[in-house]
Amino acid sequence: MTARQKAPALERRRQHKYIPATDAEREEMLRVIGVRSIDALFADIPAAVRLQRPLALPPALSDPEVLAQLTAMAARNTHADAAPTFLGAGAYDHYIPSVVWHLAGRGEFLTAYTPYQAEMMQGELQAGYEYQSMLCALTAMDVANASMYDGASATAEAAVMAKDLTKRGEVVVSTAVHPEYREVLRTYTAPLGITVVEAPQRAGRTDLSALRAAVSGRTAAVIIQHPNFFGSLEDGPAAAALAHGAGALLICAIADPLSLGLLTPPGEWGADIVAGEGQPLGNHLNFGGPYLGMLATRQDFVRRMPGRLVGATVDTDGRRGFVLTLQTREQHIRREKATSNICTNEALLALAAAVYMAALGRTGVRKVAELNLYKAAYAKERLSALPGFRLMFEGPTFHEFVIRTPRPPEELNRALRARGIIGGAPLGRWYPDLADGWLLCVTEQRTREQIERLVDVLEGLR
Amino acid sequence: MSARDLPVIFELSTPGRVGASYPDPDVPVQPLEALIPAAQLRANPPALPEVSELDVVRHYTRLSHRNFSIDEGFYPLGSCTMKYNPRIHEDVARLAGFSRLHPYTAEEDVQGALALMWELERMLAEVSGMDRVTFQPAAGAHGEFTGMLLIRAYFESQGEARTKVIVPDSAHGTNPATATMAGYEVITVPSDARGNMDVTKLREAMDGRVAALMLTNPNTLGLFEEHILEIEEIVHGAGGQLYMDGANFNAILGITRPGDQGFDVMHFNLHKTFTTPHGGGGPGAGAVGVKAHLAPFLPVPVIERTGDRFHLEYERPQSIGKIRAFYGNFGNLVRAYTYLRSMGADGLRQIAEVAVLNANYVLARLRDRFDLPYDRLCKHEFVLSGRRQKHEHGVSTKDMAKRMLDYGFHAPTIYFPLIVEEAIMIEPTETESKRTLDEFIEAMRAIDREAAEQPDLVREAPHATPVRRLDEVRAARQPDLRWRPA
Amino acid sequence: MYPDDLRYSSEHEWARREDGRVRVGITQFAAEKMSDVVFIELPQVGAKISFMQPFGVIESVKAVSDLFAPVSGTVVEVNTVLASTPEVVNSDPYGQGWIILVDPADPAELQQLMTAEQYRKVVGGAGA
Repeated sequence: MTARQKAPALERRRQHKYIPATDAEREEMLRVIGVRSIDALFADIPAAVRLQRPLALPPALSDPEVLAQLTAMAARNTHADAAPTFLGAGAYDHYIPSVVWHLAGRGEFLTAYTPYQAEMMQGELQAGYEYQSMLCALTAMDVANASMYDGASATAEAAVMAKDLTKRGEVVVSTAVHPEYREVLRTYTAPLGITVVEAPQRAGRTDLSALRAAVSGRTAAVIIQHPNFFGSLEDGPAAAALAHGAGALLICAIADPLSLGLLTPPGEWGADIVAGEGQPLGNHLNFGGPYLGMLATRQDFVRRMPGRLVGATVDTDGRRGFVLTLQTREQHIRREKATSNICTNEALLALAAAVYMAALGRTGVRKVAELNLYKAAYAKERLSALPGFRLMFEGPTFHEFVIRTPRPPEELNRALRARGIIGGAPLGRWYPDLADGWLLCVTEQRTREQIERLVDVLEGLR
Repeated sequence: MSARDLPVIFELSTPGRVGASYPDPDVPVQPLEALIPAAQLRANPPALPEVSELDVVRHYTRLSHRNFSIDEGFYPLGSCTMKYNPRIHEDVARLAGFSRLHPYTAEEDVQGALALMWELERMLAEVSGMDRVTFQPAAGAHGEFTGMLLIRAYFESQGEARTKVIVPDSAHGTNPATATMAGYEVITVPSDARGNMDVTKLREAMDGRVAALMLTNPNTLGLFEEHILEIEEIVHGAGGQLYMDGANFNAILGITRPGDQGFDVMHFNLHKTFTTPHGGGGPGAGAVGVKAHLAPFLPVPVIERTGDRFHLEYERPQSIGKIRAFYGNFGNLVRAYTYLRSMGADGLRQIAEVAVLNANYVLARLRDRFDLPYDRLCKHEFVLSGRRQKHEHGVSTKDMAKRMLDYGFHAPTIYFPLIVEEAIMIEPTETESKRTLDEFIEAMRAIDREAAEQPDLVREAPHATPVRRLDEVRAARQPDLRWRPA
Repeated sequence: MYPDDLRYSSEHEWARREDGRVRVGITQFAAEKMSDVVFIELPQVGAKISFMQPFGVIESVKAVSDLFAPVSGTVVEVNTVLASTPEVVNSDPYGQGWIILVDPADPAELQQLMTAEQYRKVVGGAGA
């Protein structure tokens, strides 16, 4: 050690705004504890593992400096306000009403913990109960939980749930389900010895005869996504009948629940479990997370459903109140027999989704869904009329569709980007035999001008 | 907090009210049936409430008034690290360049996001003594699951069939639940009289069939595992992997590093030590750090740098795959990054020092009134027992926790860890002032007096909250999980 | 209290011989430890159960446990009353709170269980 280096505790200490303890208070506390120094409190840590140097981190920045640093980093990203985006594929640019984050961002919600002490957390709990109720209204299922991590992991957990319920070891999943959902499904099911069988898509929808061939007495569940990854509507009732006929469950994955403003909800056409992504409901794109897993199911299956559940009850005065319930299924009680290990979930995003659904309400959800449908239909028509461009798949779609392109979609994207437009997702990275496929999403955020500009630029590229 | 009954939002619904506004379609409108077959169209709109924007604002504002938060008061929940959530993090996370960024935007257009994740990885690796870090897990438990899968993949690549995982009896419930999800059999090893893992029992349990030991250090009693060097020898000696549950990382920042203690893999709870807000239960972010030998198995994509360009690397043949779609809870990574840039090395060390100082101070001032099962200096948290109050006055830890609410504090963690009877786990964190700690200490001492002098007052608590004690038994016997019209 | 005419398992189930069949429930010790029972997952009538293997699940607000079969055999009756009033396990664990009635495969297995005397020692020693 040179004369200049001192043990960190002896350096003149910089008071930090997040650490209130002053020098005088530290002295007083040490006195009460009965030790000479803070270092004495770490005496039971073996010397061999004590750090002998300061951590090699960039020097601490003040608030103005850190804000400048982060602003500069953010400026290196092309976001959906800087360039209109036609990307969907599991994350959707929807308009978020101002009230959503003014309310969800309130410190009382933001900085609260999981409501284990129910009496002082009625706000969070009631909001959770309302959220669960809204999801049931949207999906027509009997019960919904208070959130999972995201749509992909919710789908995977639904598969595990189906295995527990049916005691069967196989799941059949359509290749029209989001490729990342299918990857996550494999990751979750492999350690439990569950086999994943893929049923191919044909013409942009699940091939029902291939599905029939894949389903057997070993199938715990059939998994479809509706609308599917290509934006196409599936034949839910037919898939459900196939599954049920073999004694299996039907899991419906939903990437954009706004579609349920218009489409027949899964609970009405035979789904047993709905696993979905709630990001489109009032939550930001956030470069992929945090997102919001949704899980809903039949009343009979409620005790096998992973995740937290809020239930209504009464207090000692008979007043209505809310608590976390059926907690014995969860990790903190059931431990190795738990339905899942999920603890922290996505509660704040569920709250934002509830505010969103409340603000839009019964009519708003439908209205927004219609806007999505009309704008996408317009874009679909204009784009498929361009020489060299065609629709890849026939059949009804919601707000996403696949265009077959005359040049590689990646090239088109680069050209569009140079003109301030973010194009759709090239399919080639997930579906090598569909390498000329371009998955475009048109939400209510895309104006007619933006759609026409997209068409004009593409036309000019020939 | 108002004592008025708060209606459920559905009960405020009045047909015809709207709470949002939209432009009319600017494109041609076709009949719906021309675009979607009638059979696939919803017959009735979803039964969501119809309320005005003011209704929405009032409803959720009133709900917020019935929610105890760190912003409002002290939250000494052991194991949860309820430290202050800096407001500047919210401003930063909401920058359009972060919040309005689609995950499938071309790489060249997201260099700022990738740079942030890359730098955060380097900082967390340095802080923990690990080699690489993934941010894909959405929470601590998700991180544990990832860690177990990494270990599993590692042994598969070595051609070794290992079927068991060891956890201490003080482990957080997610540990055994996770091990089971990953296909392992769980073996529990007891703690000794000093609150350390019983090394003799560990030695007996450890063999060539054990894949890993999952340890929290400091453990859930708030005590540093004094035999960590011996534990490391035992586990590695039998070819096993050492997993660290990083929930208690706040106690050791800048003091010791899990990587230096011999851990092969750990998860971080970014929503604990790195202060991303709890949000009423989530979102969290559960980064996982690994030593180099486990890096090939990390989930995809991994972020690599060439020169000053960042790249999402998917070509990783040994990867365990993905545990969620996209890359991770990026919004929280922005917050954690901002925190690390704000604190620096000295700041992090002070966090640990003051967290541990605060905890020992509160312990010193309560140990004469509450049983202390393990008489040692603690780290950032400690566990007391409400045993004496139960046996002498018939007042349980649950009763005392409920009475805490009347004093304006959130209760500490109760009935965990399971190895302590009537457990009370207290973690003050470094962001609390001595004044707050003294108020809390006085409240705890007052409740102890009440337990002796007015036990009914405590048994029937809380009295000052919007609802009195809630009937959890009824909620479980007759589950009412969704609103239905009368 | 632990009736003398019953046999007791190490997992706190009781077994009573009744005309060649065996009635099964959980002991007062177990019921008190769990506190308010909220739900019981019962096997189907006709299900085959094995000695000391789980045959069902019992859930309270704060805990959930497997139910272990004190004898091997076939389930001939389940106590359907428990679906609507699970709390009867707490109030009357040896009477109305019975859980299943079994046609035993090997009645001699009952000898492997504890007598009331032996069980009292076990739970007495376990303390509070």
